[in-house]
Amino acid sequence: MCLAIPARIVAIEDTIDMATVTLGNVKKEISIALIDDAKIDDYVLLHVGYALHKISEEEAARTLEIFDEVELMEEFTGETSEVKS
Amino acid sequence: MVAKRFPMKLDLKKGKVEMVHGSGGRAMAQLIEEIFVKHFSNELLDQGNDQALFKVTAGRMVMSCDGHVISPLFFPGGDIGSLSVHGTVNDVAMSGAKPLYLSAGFIIEEGYPLADLNRIVESMAVAAKKAGVMVVTGDTKVVERGKGDGVFITTTGVGVVPEGVFISGDKAQDGDAILVSGTMGDHGVAIMSSREGLEFETEILSDSAALNGLITQMVEAVPDIHCLRDPTRGGLATTLNEIAQQSGVGIQLIEDDVPVHEDVKAACELLGLDPMYVANEGKLICICAPQHAETLLNIMKSHAYGKNAAIVGKVVEDEHGFVQMETTFGGSRIVDWLAGEQLPRIC
Amino acid sequence: MKYIDEFRDGKLARKLSKAIAQEVDKGRTYNLMEFCGGHTHAIFRYGIQDLMPDNVKFVHGPGCPVCVLPIGRIDNAIALVEENDAILCTYGDMMRVPASGRKSLLKAKAAGADVRMVYSTQDALKLAREFPDKEVIFFAIGFETTTPPTAVAIKQAKVEGLKNFTVFCNHVLTPAAIQHILQSPEVREMGAVSIDGFFGPSHVSSVIGTEPYEFFTEEFQRPVVIAGFEPLDVMQSALMLIRQLNEGRSEVENEYTRVVTREGNLKAQALVAEVFELRREFEWRGLGMVPYSALSIKEEFAEFDAEVRFSVPKIVAYDVKGCECPSILRGVKKPTDCKLFGTICTPENPMGSCMVSSEGACAAYWSYGRFRQPDAKSGAKVIKIEKEAA
Repeated sequence: MCLAIPARIVAIEDTIDMATVTLGNVKKEISIALIDDAKIDDYVLLHVGYALHKISEEEAARTLEIFDEVELMEEFTGETSEVKS
Repeated sequence: MVAKRFPMKLDLKKGKVEMVHGSGGRAMAQLIEEIFVKHFSNELLDQGNDQALFKVTAGRMVMSCDGHVISPLFFPGGDIGSLSVHGTVNDVAMSGAKPLYLSAGFIIEEGYPLADLNRIVESMAVAAKKAGVMVVTGDTKVVERGKGDGVFITTTGVGVVPEGVFISGDKAQDGDAILVSGTMGDHGVAIMSSREGLEFETEILSDSAALNGLITQMVEAVPDIHCLRDPTRGGLATTLNEIAQQSGVGIQLIEDDVPVHEDVKAACELLGLDPMYVANEGKLICICAPQHAETLLNIMKSHAYGKNAAIVGKVVEDEHGFVQMETTFGGSRIVDWLAGEQLPRIC
Repeated sequence: MKYIDEFRDGKLARKLSKAIAQEVDKGRTYNLMEFCGGHTHAIFRYGIQDLMPDNVKFVHGPGCPVCVLPIGRIDNAIALVEENDAILCTYGDMMRVPASGRKSLLKAKAAGADVRMVYSTQDALKLAREFPDKEVIFFAIGFETTTPPTAVAIKQAKVEGLKNFTVFCNHVLTPAAIQHILQSPEVREMGAVSIDGFFGPSHVSSVIGTEPYEFFTEEFQRPVVIAGFEPLDVMQSALMLIRQLNEGRSEVENEYTRVVTREGNLKAQALVAEVFELRREFEWRGLGMVPYSALSIKEEFAEFDAEVRFSVPKIVAYDVKGCECPSILRGVKKPTDCKLFGTICTPENPMGSCMVSSEGACAAYWSYGRFRQPDAKSGAKVIKIEKEAA
């Protein structure tokens, strides 16, 4: 549900609450009526043609770190049913 | 041919197709001469008969037919004209045959601009010449305004299969390698980007191309190719499911190995589509015995239309005929037949 | 693609998989319900089940606004476009959903009705401006993620004074649905299924924040982890749920911190509050009548309400006999427990809400997971999920 993807703002049309975003090299015009303070190079969450929320760079980095955090005990180098090492 | 048969030339700038152009009289003759014959001109067509006469070589022949109803008629990287030539040339060539002759039937909507019709036919002629085939016969009909979508084209192609070549969708065997000739999903994304309601900007072009040249090279090097098919509507996933079912086998793919252009990935993310199901018009799937895979891969990679070729999986024994894929993530999933066309989703 | 590729990294996936295997208590099962269809989709599409230990089970919830829309409302939408000289704008998801009498929006379009697929409410507004002499009706569906875009469109229509734009509103609310599931007799008393914890919806939460879930953890004593959409998010969130269960905690935790905060998007919430109000009750397909679970358009925007401008009678439509969706949506039964699954009921011919959209539990299970084989690369054995004889 709620297919939303991260896209980068490359142009802003403030007067009509619209912006141009890119995902990779694909460009699309979207509405920024639901967020405040949009700036060029901000990443936003895009859903049905609207920016729903800005994406926090720091939080994204922190989340990635957390994925890598766990200290694996030696016996867990491949004991689970289908893990490929 | 007697010169100056018609008092005035067709107005190819501002003129429109009218009902009279399809009614078999002088107007139709003029349309045929000044657009179709002008661009397609070859020794068979120029004879001006209702049929094309050619010698038949001994051996096995192949015939294929396609209706083209694409919308929009002109899209990034091609148009309905070039698409129709490539489509039928490819269908014939996928049997290993050398495509020789095409027929082209046009159903045109009253009011369609002559300038656009001219563009389409010219594009077809260019595509045919490049592919080394001749458009030797055709037909023209005009339907009332509102009863057509601009232009519909039906093409039929014939070709001859070399001795000792038996390529068919039911010949995939356990252990065979599966190759694709390049990136998946380009055509479908190019079409979608020009469709109303979805407007997004991208530089992706349709990959529409005639693959008979490439196939000739492949068949010469490895006459014993098992299957060749182009993943058009429904994409790679659908075509592999078809072959799996025809051959009574299963397929295992590795997602990491399936080439997809970054922009196509991005466009698919945007619309909630899976590139595995997006149409291609200038790519082929090749299934062969494992020992031939490297040879065929190298031939493809050295050809203009096969630069991004890759080995993407293998055929396995499976009475259910499932196509499975090891995902980039490490888990497994099935790549199923789709119920219908993929539609962009919010969910 | 930034913020996408990093969260699908296979190496980190394997590490998380081992981390989970390391931390589970082998003496118990963990039944984790993902409420959001997007999570169901991610689990199947990436094969996440293969990376989890046997005693961690995913239970697929109802989180698909397409699946839970009652057939009667789709009948209404079809009638709206067929009976008025109107253009009906809809998201792609709704086009193929079967309504009564084997109809659908796609079939209505084929028969000549002006049904147009749009990507955004902005496209619907464009059509209204382009065709001032035609009624343009927007078929609004979706949870709290999709509601603010409708609010923006209605407000914009008012500012522009559009006279031909209306919205057929079917927006529904997530917390109400979760509550309804948790309160169903099967879950509370019979203990037929234990839902031990929830993956909270990703993007609904970016709008409503994490605060609304605090009520559940207190009242029902089950942990909730707001999980991002990407497969690594799902795995990390599973780990967080497992930890909470091991430690006997039932809190709201947020894994998706890069877009979710406790308060959510206040601007969007305010816009929604300005335009919509709560319906006293609303029928959810498979769940029955759920109180205070859906929105209707407020009086001051009544000129943009399709149910005010047009006649939209209540149509009662029944689900097929034998359809187990009500139980499947609650996690009490699995798709393979339903006699119709795979026989009469397939994605081509869906009988109930769970098969209707690709997010539904039955559809996801059918499309992605119904049979596995030794995998291509390493030859490691993967669990075979045999389809039981119907």
